[in-house]
Amino acid sequence: MALTYDLAGADLSGFLRPREDGAQTLELLVKGIHCAGCLVTIEREAGALPGVSQARMNLTTGKLVVTFAGGGGDPAAVIQALERSGYTATPFDPGQAAADHDREGRRLVMALGVAAFGAGNAMMFSVPLWAGLFGQELGPATRVLMQWLSAIIGAPCAVYAGMPFFESAWRSLRAGRANMDVPISIGVILTLAISFVETLLHGRDAYFDAAVTLLFLLLIGRWLDHQLRVRARSAAADLLALQAPSAVVVGADGRERHMPLSEVAVGDRLVVRPGERIPVDARVLSGASDLDNAMLTGETRPVPVEAGEICRAGALNLSGALRLEALARSEDSAVAAIARLVEAGAQSKSLYVRLADKAAAVYVPVVHSAAALTFVCGWLLGLGPREALLRAVAVLIITCPCALGLAVPAVQIAASSRLFRRGVLVKSGAALERLAEIEHVVFDKTGVLTEGRPQLLDAAPSAVAMAAPLARASAHPLARALAAEAGPGPSASEVLEVAGQGIEGVIDGRRVRLGRAAFVGAPAGSAGETELWFGFEGEAKTRFSFSDRLRPDAAQAVAALRRRGLTVEILSGDLAGPVAEAAATVGVDAWRAGLTPAEKAAALDDLRAQGRKALMVGDGLNDAAALAKAHAAMAPGTALEASQNAADLVFSGDQLSAVVEAVDVARAARARALENFGFAALYNAVAAPAAMLGLINPFVAALAMSGSSLVVTLNALRMHVAGTKT
Amino acid sequence: MNIVLMLAPMSVFLALVGLGAFWWTLKSGQYDDPRGDASRILLDDPDDRPL
Repeated sequence: MALTYDLAGADLSGFLRPREDGAQTLELLVKGIHCAGCLVTIEREAGALPGVSQARMNLTTGKLVVTFAGGGGDPAAVIQALERSGYTATPFDPGQAAADHDREGRRLVMALGVAAFGAGNAMMFSVPLWAGLFGQELGPATRVLMQWLSAIIGAPCAVYAGMPFFESAWRSLRAGRANMDVPISIGVILTLAISFVETLLHGRDAYFDAAVTLLFLLLIGRWLDHQLRVRARSAAADLLALQAPSAVVVGADGRERHMPLSEVAVGDRLVVRPGERIPVDARVLSGASDLDNAMLTGETRPVPVEAGEICRAGALNLSGALRLEALARSEDSAVAAIARLVEAGAQSKSLYVRLADKAAAVYVPVVHSAAALTFVCGWLLGLGPREALLRAVAVLIITCPCALGLAVPAVQIAASSRLFRRGVLVKSGAALERLAEIEHVVFDKTGVLTEGRPQLLDAAPSAVAMAAPLARASAHPLARALAAEAGPGPSASEVLEVAGQGIEGVIDGRRVRLGRAAFVGAPAGSAGETELWFGFEGEAKTRFSFSDRLRPDAAQAVAALRRRGLTVEILSGDLAGPVAEAAATVGVDAWRAGLTPAEKAAALDDLRAQGRKALMVGDGLNDAAALAKAHAAMAPGTALEASQNAADLVFSGDQLSAVVEAVDVARAARARALENFGFAALYNAVAAPAAMLGLINPFVAALAMSGSSLVVTLNALRMHVAGTKT
Repeated sequence: MNIVLMLAPMSVFLALVGLGAFWWTLKSGQYDDPRGDASRILLDDPDDRPL
């Protein structure tokens, strides 16, 4: 839900960040930029405002940083100026996590640069060795010199560039596990050690260049993986910024100010206009309205509230402006209980062992016993300790999992960029792996199978046409749906909206009312459905009923999931009637209605206990815990912040087929990754015995390593065409 | 032979200069907005007008 600020008199100064030199900066997320022209317009418009010393637009991230010299800046003026030029801007709170993440990215790039430098230069001194020039033009003394030069450049570079791997391996070993970085680290360290020994003893087998080149290739894989997470995280942050976690606080002087949600204190006076969400748990001071609790409970029927009543954070204010008193801080609101459930679920998810680490668990012991075996057998068979050790190390080096290190990240980056173009955001590589394993799909109803907006049920066209002029004058979602059904036309005059009750006006000189049964003067109807009553004064009243419409491709998507061998189930917090109807329409037999958030989470726990891996697709706060408990989770882009955080994938657009495509791509990615592992196993099956028998020289090793990385990467690129069939 | 003793350190030194330059580009944030920088070069900066 994009927020439209009512900017007349709005005070957004809560979003200004003070700088050390007294200036203030404001970060804005700007939408609708396409080209260099937009860049100039935005920077000129923002830069020309009073008090602005600098405006710098970042086209890659879509963020505008405005600096106000001397403070006292007015964010609303900047947003208004941009709006006049045709761009929508939203205040953005960057947060600490993003900055830390960026630091890690720079470190990886620097390691990559150092590895590239080391590989290129160490290689230079290895060329004469590979070309077989020694013994002909060059003597042994030159060879030792070359090896020393190679060592001086290669070794420090390898140590620096290898740090990310060494650190990760050390962490993993301390936790009592062996991940893929353990054999990588052992391979690199042993290669360096044996190369030094060989150089000192004036031997031939110095592989400083190989160690650095290996790290260079591995760092490419590591960097790709990092980029994937950064892009997903920044896109998720942008989505959240558009949901604008801000609240309108009324100060002691009566002025209204927009504040970041985290700065709302207990006792603050808040104003929530129709169409906005209740920011924190609060008591109504004045005003009356209807609240849509669909995001909290899944119930689609609006609930009336008036002064003195409590409303919970996350509810959508439908009809009248409310003045509230905050009863809790954002972190302590009703949402917090759900957040704790989410945390518990996330912990169980972090126990998931990634594909590469599963492979490492098999790979590491096999390779290390093969090396030990080579050493022991070699010595026993009379090779002598030095030669036996050299061969054992050769086994370790040749089996150093370069291809394995690239195998999974290369596939996952290709898979997620494919999904990204389709409007599906993948939060992590592990999410794709889990998604590929699912066998059962659980849908929430409201906002997932349905569009989450009320739609007029079959009503007589004459009645719709009669009520339309009054409906057009109202902003209430039900009246909007009625007006949309009727199409454009005249509006009623002398309109008076009674908050939480209905709307009154004059059509053709006659007084007319549209709203609740009691307000219009009709007998109270069945409570099960969402309804509006309409009638001229003193005449019979007409009833309009509304329901949430299914997404157009919901039935199709469910059928497509079935064809893929998945079972489908609906878990909803809504009443049994609407759920049964939706289930029948999309063709799902298994459904449960009226569930609380805890019951939904428990249902997912049951599935897990039965050993069934479930995908949960949900959008509401009531789904957040279930999303976190599920083996894999997806949420639509319209979902609440908590649900988007709990989900592994977020899809935008109206199409539910995004779920089907995500499953397809995840399965294809898994197949490609397994193929890559298969290839790496084959490579090792050939190379390791060759190394055991002492048949591998540095040139063959270098060719084999680069060749295997290339094959793995090319196989990953096949992801771009995989799963295009429906 | 002596030429190798001269050329080898020289090549390493040149490569180090390159690495230093890379480090500088990274530190000064030149990879923060590749799309924007690609566009900016096309713009007529008012400061660049011929005198």
